[in-house]
Amino acid sequence: MNPTMTAVEAGLRRGGVELRGTFTNVQDLWNYVFMPAVILVVMVFVGGDPLPGTELSLGDVTIPGVLGMQVAVVGLVNLTTMRIIEREDGTLLRAKATPNGMLGYFVGKVVTVSGMALISLAIILVPSAFLFDGLQLTKPGAWLTLAWVLLLGLAATMPIGAILGSLFSEARAIGFIVPPMLGLIAASGIFYPITSAPVWLQWIAQAFPIYWLGLGMRSALLPDSMAVVEIGDSWRYLETVGVLGVWAVAGLILAPIVLRRMARRESGSTVDARREKAMQRGTW
Amino acid sequence: MIEVRGLRMRYGSVDVLKGVDFEARRGEVLALLGPNGAGKTTTIEILEGFRMRSAGEVRVLGVDPAQGDERWRARLGVVLQSWRDHGKWKVRELLDNLGRYYAPYSTPDRKRPWAVDDLIETVGLGGQAGKKISSLSGGQRRRMDVAIGIVGRPELLFLDEPTAGFDPQARREFHDLVHRLSDLEDTTILLTTHDLDEAEKLADRILILAGGAIIADGSADALSYRMSTNSEVKWRRDGQRFVHSAPEATRFVRELFEQYGEGVSDLEVRRASLEDAYMALVQQFESGQGGTAAREFKEVKR
Repeated sequence: MNPTMTAVEAGLRRGGVELRGTFTNVQDLWNYVFMPAVILVVMVFVGGDPLPGTELSLGDVTIPGVLGMQVAVVGLVNLTTMRIIEREDGTLLRAKATPNGMLGYFVGKVVTVSGMALISLAIILVPSAFLFDGLQLTKPGAWLTLAWVLLLGLAATMPIGAILGSLFSEARAIGFIVPPMLGLIAASGIFYPITSAPVWLQWIAQAFPIYWLGLGMRSALLPDSMAVVEIGDSWRYLETVGVLGVWAVAGLILAPIVLRRMARRESGSTVDARREKAMQRGTW
Repeated sequence: MIEVRGLRMRYGSVDVLKGVDFEARRGEVLALLGPNGAGKTTTIEILEGFRMRSAGEVRVLGVDPAQGDERWRARLGVVLQSWRDHGKWKVRELLDNLGRYYAPYSTPDRKRPWAVDDLIETVGLGGQAGKKISSLSGGQRRRMDVAIGIVGRPELLFLDEPTAGFDPQARREFHDLVHRLSDLEDTTILLTTHDLDEAEKLADRILILAGGAIIADGSADALSYRMSTNSEVKWRRDGQRFVHSAPEATRFVRELFEQYGEGVSDLEVRRASLEDAYMALVQQFESGQGGTAAREFKEVKR
């Protein structure tokens, strides 16, 4: 087999091992379960009664948006933090020291993050199917829509996560990345209709993938009559594909450039770090 | 296997390497010694292709490391000073996964990768094969790093302070492993260490790096001999112990016998050890012309 294919295959296996690994430690399991559990409990207690003018509960109309949000969180936050940590602990350098290791590393990351996104969706969707009977799981095309929104969403968010993870070199930086991301989630109409937000905020939200992920998921799982709550009284499939597609293409063009620059610079910065440490020890 | 000529490395305004020259031949074990901050790690990372040099001619396996491709990379093994990666992976899992990348580079006389179970036994991790890497002790973790370094059955292996934190037994086992790699696998090895005893035991040739250049290059014996520092002579006469430090021990002993004959007993002559030679070399260097370089460093630091 040729080296490239070998590396891709080794990368797929790497992703498999990493994904399996997320089930074998408390920290990762907690990350999977915590947010969905909180949201589901809140929705069950707060959102039981049908909303005025509809037959759907607050839980019914919120859960699809939460699914969209989960995809974005996994693609952005998880990938960003994993990249920063693995750069610091030497995983990336190990990949550099292995023939075609970088290719395998990134194939592995795509598998891991996609798998984590799928698992996160299932953790919300499966209980929701029993708790919230307003979700249109048997609507024609529901699963197809869900699938392409998921794929396009991952393609739009993962390169951004990879880029952010490369720009920040210290684990401490995660603290600076997460709050703006949470702010964006709050502005993206996941937990209330975006049409009730100020127009300027609507525009900001529409510039980023999170809103479109939520919209896409709502279009998949809610009755079409609910489109009236959305901007333009429509699911706006074309715009969804357009915005997510632009993010995906831009990310896929930019990410390799940034990653390559990072890989080159990395050696320089490790030098600096070592030299600084050496100087502090006074060993020069 | 390695050719280095006029290698220079400058960080900002500091010249860490100012003209390093040396060679390594096939199957040789080379130890790179030197005071802290002398640039041992920098040198090794330039050879590994992880760092761009400022100037000089470098060939590793016939290739300039700055232009080394994946085929070249597959022939190298790298063990850096500190790894903390892949803590969630199991020992066997990781070696199996990393080994796969080397399979396309297998040749009839060098089957790549090293069979995983055999490799695990070879580095002495037989009892830990199914354990998570984060649960390994410091010495076991280091052996894991070595295992990863040799999983591709490298023709040239770089070891940066491989035995730091080893207990004496682990150290002995590691030395056996290095001998085996060099004898049976015909692996060329370049290692850095602070342990002179280790360098003496392992290395065919010792390079001493100080003030940004190689100030000595030779076998442990040759280095001690070249320094011709005083030997220590101990003997007993009339129930009394005597110790004398002599530049020419043989002549001193001959004269001793001529003078006292049968009266001399319990004679002991100890030639300067590598450690003595090393200390003498580095001191001589720092007080001599090399001192300028050392002083320059300190000034930059301030």
